[in-house]
Amino acid sequence: MKKTIAHIYALGDQAITIEWSSSISEEVNNQVMHSFHFFQIHPIEGVTDMIPAYSSLTLIYNPTIIRKQAMGGSPFEWLKKKLAALTAAPSINAKETEPIVVPVCYDTSLAPDLVEATQITGCSIEELIALHTSKIYKVYMLGFLPGFAYMASVHQQIQLPRKATPRKLVAAGSVGIAGEQTGIYPLEAPGGWQLIGQTPLKIFDITKEEPCLFKPGNWVKFEAITLEQFHQFNAA
Amino acid sequence: MSITIIKAGLFSTVQDTGRKGFQHLGINPNGAMDPLAMQIANLLIQNKADEAVIEFFYPAPVFRFNTAAFIALSGADFVATINDIPVPINHPIFVPENAVLSFTKKQSGHIGYLAIQGGLELNEWMNSYSTNTRAGAGGMEGRALQKDDELKLKASAIQKNSQSQLQVLPWMADTKGLYQTQSLRYLPGNEFSLLNTFSQQFMTNAQFTILADSDRMGYRLKGPALKCKKQIELISSGVTNGTIQLLPSGQCIVLLADHQTTGGYPRIGHIIQSDIPTLVQQSPGTIIRLIPVNMETAEKINNRQGQYLQQLKNACTLQLNAYHRH
Repeated sequence: MKKTIAHIYALGDQAITIEWSSSISEEVNNQVMHSFHFFQIHPIEGVTDMIPAYSSLTLIYNPTIIRKQAMGGSPFEWLKKKLAALTAAPSINAKETEPIVVPVCYDTSLAPDLVEATQITGCSIEELIALHTSKIYKVYMLGFLPGFAYMASVHQQIQLPRKATPRKLVAAGSVGIAGEQTGIYPLEAPGGWQLIGQTPLKIFDITKEEPCLFKPGNWVKFEAITLEQFHQFNAA
Repeated sequence: MSITIIKAGLFSTVQDTGRKGFQHLGINPNGAMDPLAMQIANLLIQNKADEAVIEFFYPAPVFRFNTAAFIALSGADFVATINDIPVPINHPIFVPENAVLSFTKKQSGHIGYLAIQGGLELNEWMNSYSTNTRAGAGGMEGRALQKDDELKLKASAIQKNSQSQLQVLPWMADTKGLYQTQSLRYLPGNEFSLLNTFSQQFMTNAQFTILADSDRMGYRLKGPALKCKKQIELISSGVTNGTIQLLPSGQCIVLLADHQTTGGYPRIGHIIQSDIPTLVQQSPGTIIRLIPVNMETAEKINNRQGQYLQQLKNACTLQLNAYHRH
């Protein structure tokens, strides 16, 4: 893979960001995931959190702990040097894993924007479902809400603009499209994505040891289910 | 071995230093808005600095101590009384059984903290006691405290401190010098250079008013509309506590404890971590001034604050040990 020179900058005095590119691509995101997984396996003492995004990785750190490693020097400068050395190393392709299969009911009673989506795209409901379920999506990042995965890229024909006025309340499990992204609302929340279906799966469950279904770098495939199957799923 | 909430207050939650290690899942850190006050309250009574405390706004909650306890208040001064006797903030206090702690007026600051020796007996969610009201998890059932809630105290809290009389210990944490009286300092952000000349100029000595719709997610600032040189679409990336985002309206928001983990608005600056306590203690309507500093200055101030907390910890230990020997 071609190596992109990374831009490293301070995100305040307790966070640092490595940015590989100012555009969205799978190749760039592979570099993000590579570094993210590298630091999961080889953590830097004093780094308390990591935020992988489309084309960047942010590390949140405790400056007191980093300062000790920097022998009393600047925590930021020490980290920046360390990251520059690491990001210069050749990156490898992110390991592809089996996709997580997510059942989605595309019944209009659970998909308030589906009819509008057919008008915008010129696709029939059947075509739209076929296109949405035809691809395996990559989880590029999580954000916005606990467990909210930004997945891409949806087929060009069914890319939809965000709603002009966001909904005050979107039901948990709602599956939406915004531009080339698709995602599932893990919680009831306000939101502006076009809603084309709903999954009966719990995307975020506080009673579980791992409350989020998705992790950065996962692969996801949607599978159409009927309204009956949707309700049976919840009853089971 | 518990305290009871007699009155709920505006928005009272259990918080610690925050939920770390899960931001890659979109789980925000939460935690005390003013981590300095939270830690000071803990250190005064020989708790671990990151022990869970109760954070509250005004109108403040009213508490009944169902057992004798050793406590400290810090942050905002809401003129506390215990059984109608005024008690100061930033002092260790012995509280007798059945005492009622209430607050009488908003004298200074915006957010108060109550630490109880030994801490609260609650279940952790993802390694933290902090309340995440959005997820409905952490703290007290993932929600703000309500009337008649009973918060159990950890067993270790009790033995050392069974005093039958209300007693305010004479030493205090001097917090002057930790909070800013003049300007708040910020580090220019990665998108600062996208601002037009007027906006960059304004940010060299900026004045903003904190708006009423500010909350634990962020403080909204009212000022002249700031603009970028040209319209630019940014790709979502990490944001953090103190990040100053420029919204499409031209107004700014400073992200705080309950902030989202990622954002796509220009990050024109970041309030230095050492000045976040000062910022959050300002009430809506207050005019604040922001001035830029460099990383060297920010890190120096942060280091000094860390040393202060260490000294406070040592001093409290010495004083309390001397007191108990006495």
